[in-house]
Amino acid sequence: MKKILASLAAIGFVMAAGAAIAQDDEHSAAEPTHFPIHKPKQVEWSFAGPFGTYDKAQLQRGLKVYKEVCSACHSMDLVAFRTLEDLGYSEAQVKAFAAEYTIEDGPNDDGDMFERPGLPSDYFTPPFPNMQAAAASNGGAAPPDFSLIAKARGVERGFPTFIFDIFTQYAENGPDYIYSLLTGYDEEPPAGMEIAEGTHYNPYFIGGKSLAMAPPLSDDQVTYDDGAPQTVDQYARDVSAFLMWAAEPHLEDRKKTGFRVMVFLILFAGLMYATKRRVWANVPH
Amino acid sequence: MSEGHSTYTPTTGLGRWFDARMPLPRLVYDSFIAYPVPRNLNYMWTFGGILSIMLVSQIVTGIVLAMHYASDTGIAFSSVEKIMRDVNSGWLLRYMHANGASFFFIAVYLHIMRGLYYGSYKAPRELLWILGCIIYLLMMATGFMGYVLPWGQMSFWGATVITGFFTAIPVVGNWIQELLLGGFAVDNPTLNRFFALHYLLPFMIAGVVVLHVWALHVTGQNNPTGIEVKSKTDTVAFTPYATIKDALGMIVFLIFFAYFIFYMPNYLGHPDNYIQADPLKTPAHIVPEWYFLPFYAILRAITFNIGPIDSKLGGVLAMFGAIAVLFVVPWLDTSKVRSAVYRPWYRLFFWIFLVDCIFLGWLGSRPAEGSYVIMAQIATLYYFAFFIVIMPVLGLIETPRRLPNSITEAVLEKNKAGGAVHPEGAAASPEIRG
Repeated sequence: MKKILASLAAIGFVMAAGAAIAQDDEHSAAEPTHFPIHKPKQVEWSFAGPFGTYDKAQLQRGLKVYKEVCSACHSMDLVAFRTLEDLGYSEAQVKAFAAEYTIEDGPNDDGDMFERPGLPSDYFTPPFPNMQAAAASNGGAAPPDFSLIAKARGVERGFPTFIFDIFTQYAENGPDYIYSLLTGYDEEPPAGMEIAEGTHYNPYFIGGKSLAMAPPLSDDQVTYDDGAPQTVDQYARDVSAFLMWAAEPHLEDRKKTGFRVMVFLILFAGLMYATKRRVWANVPH
Repeated sequence: MSEGHSTYTPTTGLGRWFDARMPLPRLVYDSFIAYPVPRNLNYMWTFGGILSIMLVSQIVTGIVLAMHYASDTGIAFSSVEKIMRDVNSGWLLRYMHANGASFFFIAVYLHIMRGLYYGSYKAPRELLWILGCIIYLLMMATGFMGYVLPWGQMSFWGATVITGFFTAIPVVGNWIQELLLGGFAVDNPTLNRFFALHYLLPFMIAGVVVLHVWALHVTGQNNPTGIEVKSKTDTVAFTPYATIKDALGMIVFLIFFAYFIFYMPNYLGHPDNYIQADPLKTPAHIVPEWYFLPFYAILRAITFNIGPIDSKLGGVLAMFGAIAVLFVVPWLDTSKVRSAVYRPWYRLFFWIFLVDCIFLGWLGSRPAEGSYVIMAQIATLYYFAFFIVIMPVLGLIETPRRLPNSITEAVLEKNKAGGAVHPEGAAASPEIRG
């Protein structure tokens, strides 16, 4: 049996080696064929791991960055103002926040559409009236909605990392990607690479070597009132964390419930194991 | 094993009253309490029970999800997000259901591999095996259609690719595809019929499971030695022996299941499915769910024409052939010995086959280009060779190891070899480790 296992391991190794070679062929710095060019940077997130929780101050800062910068182009259709209480805001603060938005409602009893201030039950209003308008104002491609972006982007981890990820519980592909993209504009394209007119080189972009979005963040662009550094790096971290919350608002609840479930199941399994041993004690099997 | 003599004797008046009119308690007693099972079953035999609870879990969570889901292309995506955000514990229901599908397949693959290793398909269990293959086929249809319902990018494009297979069939192909889609492309009629069928098929699975269990209770279980039960000492009563062992297996399985639900619920999914379906934007790589990847690799491995069969039809035939070949396994294996425990060569080829399937799965997730194609072709060749060449030929030329005379003898021999008191963990599945 040991021999079989050893030969299996050998076969597996040869296959993996072959695959690794296959991954690396046709690699050229000037004309890469696989994107992103760089794997995302790995950030330490407060919400990672089995006991992860959102850092509310960070989410509030992230909301500020989204509101003052991103929301000029990116909608967030699925997020309701009422859920902002998760960020540590009071009901009154949420009401005031919502009221800053103008919502088109109606028709009223006269059959007319009318505008009113936003209510907590309303959703973030999109920056463009429709997809076509969004595309027309942005060179033909509508900026993606942000409600789920932190779960809708993930760079492949590759073999064997994706197996280790199960044990390290790595599930932060999305925020890592967003952070890397936002802080990845600094690098110069390698010699010989052609960058299309009107696009910006970013080796962390998943869809190609450059993207239409210009570097959106600059130092001191958004004023923080809690003393956090006003740098691109900090903005990128905060907005990535905020977008993770927007995509997965029940993450804390999930992990908390998960801990209870795991404790219960492991205790239950232990008791069941003891019972099973007892039952089978006098039966050779 | 279960035919005839029922040992059920109702002790209460109500029990006797029922037994004379509709002997349901007798059926339950005979099937789940007194039913004799081989005493040497290892933990690989707990996957039948695990699969039953997974089916129940999928149906229960699925019915509740259906109460909140809207199968309309305009709102399907946002109705799923409503479940995730606004429905009480909706995130839990949906993650249980989505990961439940994956774990259902993990369990069924282990269950099938168990059957292949211990020769559980061999006479008299051919029908039992075929019913299992039918369940697997229904599961694949259900899983595929379920993946379309959230109406994400992979839902849409996966549906487009998979229904596109049918156009490869000569003459009637286009007609079949249009029937499946309810139009010329994946659209609202497709989503609606997939939802209806996704709700229907699990109940058909439940029906075939009843037949599967019925057939099992007629032939009795196979066991790690592959030797038929010969005397009463070969067996123990289902309750408490098998029930407690199954329960332990189930709970341990649930620990793995819960780990994924609560800590990495999106690990087994594709990020693109969190982008709403867009018929005008094709994803860079269209990949099906992980549990279809080996078949996807086989489909794409056929890149050449074979006589009148072009590569597209060839790929589709190879893919369906990879599943169809399972149905005839009972007649492909010519060996007189069931269990791989006593078949050293079969055991080797079996483990290579297992690695080959995992390798095919990984290749299915890669783009079909360069050396991946050649590797997929070699792996596909082995997949079919295992069934069509190795199984029939090996049975004729292999010299099996000496078989014990009975299950009891095998058990006593093993216990003698391993010392008087066996640590439970080691005794659990020594056959797997050989």
